[in-house]
Amino acid sequence: MHKLASLLFAVGLAALLMALAAHLPLGATPMAIGQASLDRGPGEIASANIVTSVVLAYRGIDTMCELAILFAAASIAGMVLSPTTRSGNHAETKPRAPAGLVLRAGSDLLFPLLLTVGFYIVAHGHLTPGGGFQGGVVLAAAFFVSFLARADRLPKPAALILMEGLAGAAFIGIGLAAMLDGGPFLRLLLDKGVLGQLVSAGSLPLLYLAVGLKVGAELADLLAHLAE
Amino acid sequence: MIAWITLLLVALMLGAAVLVLLFENLIAAIAASSVVSLLLSLLYVLLAAPDVALTEAAVGAGLSGAVLALGLRRLGLIDLGTKEDRRA
Repeated sequence: MHKLASLLFAVGLAALLMALAAHLPLGATPMAIGQASLDRGPGEIASANIVTSVVLAYRGIDTMCELAILFAAASIAGMVLSPTTRSGNHAETKPRAPAGLVLRAGSDLLFPLLLTVGFYIVAHGHLTPGGGFQGGVVLAAAFFVSFLARADRLPKPAALILMEGLAGAAFIGIGLAAMLDGGPFLRLLLDKGVLGQLVSAGSLPLLYLAVGLKVGAELADLLAHLAE
Repeated sequence: MIAWITLLLVALMLGAAVLVLLFENLIAAIAASSVVSLLLSLLYVLLAAPDVALTEAAVGAGLSGAVLALGLRRLGLIDLGTKEDRRA
């Protein structure tokens, strides 16, 4: 009986999906919005990277919600993984073996390089591929590599949480500043500048800097929680 | 030419994905899954989507490997090697 009901349900669902799929314009790409963004983006936003003009300018609120989702995921992971919730087997965890020469020397070499690359990707998000999310991951990886070599080298959790909060508040603050200016939330502020210059695209580089710091702090915190 | 490069990348990706299942050593399996992501990011470059490629390389090949390895360590499935562990 159960199996028959499941079968009926599956057949009904398949028929429904096929009926819906029959109405889809398969093969024809409905590129109305995409084409409009491509045509108008460089003039309106002056961001050489068209993806950034969509992610931060045309769909800025989406990005803000994405940050909120990431924040929720990271805080729940931190809550589940925090050592206080584990049932007192703390004493059993062995001390970490000291890292070898290759790891220590490699992390000393990689740490400044990764920081530079991360901040480069964040700062050039409106010019070249990349931006706050990718650069933030690289920044978190930089701190994690140095943590692998020396366990005491992670920034304090309080500092990470403070930076994450400040960066998130800065993102929303820039959005509110646009409202104070008389426009809609997260409208482009400041001078647009010349397409392709480092200082261009108005407030988008500032928004990406906030995103990069927030993502970096969040992921570094998450990795530190996992590594404890 | 591009088609052959794509074919090679896809074949390598499939090979790495099968290796994830076959490796006994879990760290090696994680490394193989990172290789899948790395090759996928190259495919994204060929598709002219460098933004996505950068994300895939940073998150898929870098961060998720670290998260998986740390998860294994938490579950006690691997030891990151004090000397007593190795003798035992």
